[in-house]
Amino acid sequence: MKLTINNLSFTYAGVPALSDVELEVGTGEVLSIVGPNGSGKSTLLKCINRILKPKQNSVLIDGKDTSTFNLKELSKLIGYVPQSSTSTFSFTVFDVVLMGRKPYIHWSLSERDNEIVADMLDFLGIGDLAMRHFNELSGGEQQKVIVARALAQQPQVLLLDEPTSSLDIRHQLEILCLLRRLALTKGCSIIVSMHDLNLASRFSDRMIIIKKGKIFASGTPESVLTEETIESVYGIRCKVTNSVLGKPQVVPLISDLPEETTLKMRPEITEKL
Amino acid sequence: MSTAAELRRLYSKGKKRKVLAIFALFIALLVAIVASVSLGAGSPRFIEAMNVIFSRVFPFFNINPEPAITQFIIMDLRLPRIVLAIVAGAGLAASGATMQGVLRNPLVSSYVLGISAAAGFGAALAIVFGISVIGLFGGYVIIANAFLFSLLAMVLVYGIARMRGISTETVILAGIAIGFLFSALLSLIQYVAPENEAVPAVVYWLMGSLHTSTWTSVLIVSPIVLITVLLMVQQSWNINVLSMGEDVATSLGVNSKRVLGINMVLETLATASIIAFSGVIGFVDLISPHIARMLIGSDHRFLIPCSALTGAFMLLCSDTVARLVLAPTELPVGIVTSLLGVPFFIYILVSKRRQSWR
Repeated sequence: MKLTINNLSFTYAGVPALSDVELEVGTGEVLSIVGPNGSGKSTLLKCINRILKPKQNSVLIDGKDTSTFNLKELSKLIGYVPQSSTSTFSFTVFDVVLMGRKPYIHWSLSERDNEIVADMLDFLGIGDLAMRHFNELSGGEQQKVIVARALAQQPQVLLLDEPTSSLDIRHQLEILCLLRRLALTKGCSIIVSMHDLNLASRFSDRMIIIKKGKIFASGTPESVLTEETIESVYGIRCKVTNSVLGKPQVVPLISDLPEETTLKMRPEITEKL
Repeated sequence: MSTAAELRRLYSKGKKRKVLAIFALFIALLVAIVASVSLGAGSPRFIEAMNVIFSRVFPFFNINPEPAITQFIIMDLRLPRIVLAIVAGAGLAASGATMQGVLRNPLVSSYVLGISAAAGFGAALAIVFGISVIGLFGGYVIIANAFLFSLLAMVLVYGIARMRGISTETVILAGIAIGFLFSALLSLIQYVAPENEAVPAVVYWLMGSLHTSTWTSVLIVSPIVLITVLLMVQQSWNINVLSMGEDVATSLGVNSKRVLGINMVLETLATASIIAFSGVIGFVDLISPHIARMLIGSDHRFLIPCSALTGAFMLLCSDTVARLVLAPTELPVGIVTSLLGVPFFIYILVSKRRQSWR
């Protein structure tokens, strides 16, 4: 399973959001997308599974143009985990994960649908929550349920929009370890947008960094996360060191942020930060 | 840690509980039917009523026939009315559940979508001026007008919402706007109407009543309601998925705009055909889905049938009370549904353990 994007551009009512994006993800690969707020990470993910429809479709799955698939066919190939999920009405966790089987069911559920849902809950270690109500769970638990739902689609590509942004450190690690496990055991291609550069560095095979809708740099974490790149994309200086894990580690510096932002702190404090 | 097999067992246990709840409602409805057919003005009581029905179902067993007047009261007055109450209650409630689900809003009802007001305007137009859009219906002028104006309201709401890029918010706002428009036109008609019986007749129509029910109205309304409700149930999975938002629905292969369009048509057809015959009966379509949700949760595969049964039960009980309290005159059923339903609903609202919507 190979996902290729050629020359993807997208505009929101005339305002360009993405231009000339090119990328490629192979089987079992984890690609992370980083970039400032509003740089087009979510838009890119939504263009890939056609929640947003770029004028000229340029997303190919194994060489086939995705705009020739109908929504249902596409939903069997690509799973999507949105930034945040709430349900208007109260559903149990089991019911929410069952929705992931929607592309495969007409009316009645097969034994296999139930089996897959149960397996996914088990795989994510949230079997205990099965009969709880989704809206009553914590953010971290909800995120796992939504990942389970996307997995119940049995997709070959999984898109995740900032799955770790609102989670505590333990849940962040759990979700990201899970993604690696998926890539390894199920051969899923994973595209995940993130804010935390160090987590991205640690968990992805390759990264792209987006600035104002354009890919600024792409490649291995080592090649993307350089002091120069980060400064020109985010406008802050930082030190990039080698972490204990042998991956690049970004330590942002605040000494040259504008004075208003640092709340006019005394220089001796600013330097320590 | 529960194993996969245990989880499946738990889920099917939950499913059985839902089926059981629906079955219990069905039994309650049967009891209500028996009670309703045995009560009311005129002499026939339980024994006589059962005798009449039994002799109709098994004509060869007709040993001790009831007098013609008893047969008439049961077969031509009470039964068609009971059947229409059930059909109307079920249709209104199923429509309410469907539209609340599709529009992801627990406050949606035929009032919010402008359908009730439009039907009221159509009916008032026919009552006061004897005008109909189609002159061919003869005695059915009021019914035809109410029905056609409801459809018109739906077309307007959909058209306006579409201009703005159809979404749940635009549909609801357009519905409220169209509702206000038809309410204003309705008030205007009542204001300028000549002083005769017309205005009280309009007011009475707006309160909703089933006292004009005949087998003909049952035969017209039932097939429409049956087919539309079955089609709504068929949309259950789509509506479930939509509950998680349009983006998620798209990623699960569901075209949310199409689902919204289909359900708006179904809802309007069902509601319009019902209130065209009964007058505006509010509250049932708003409240029944909430009661059903508290009983069995939000999975629309179970929720829509459960709402339908709840609505049928509610309207039948209300109509029976409406016939009885001031006998030999009767109250408009629309008044009774609210007077009985509101305290009951408030009771479950404050006593329930869990909020079933947000």
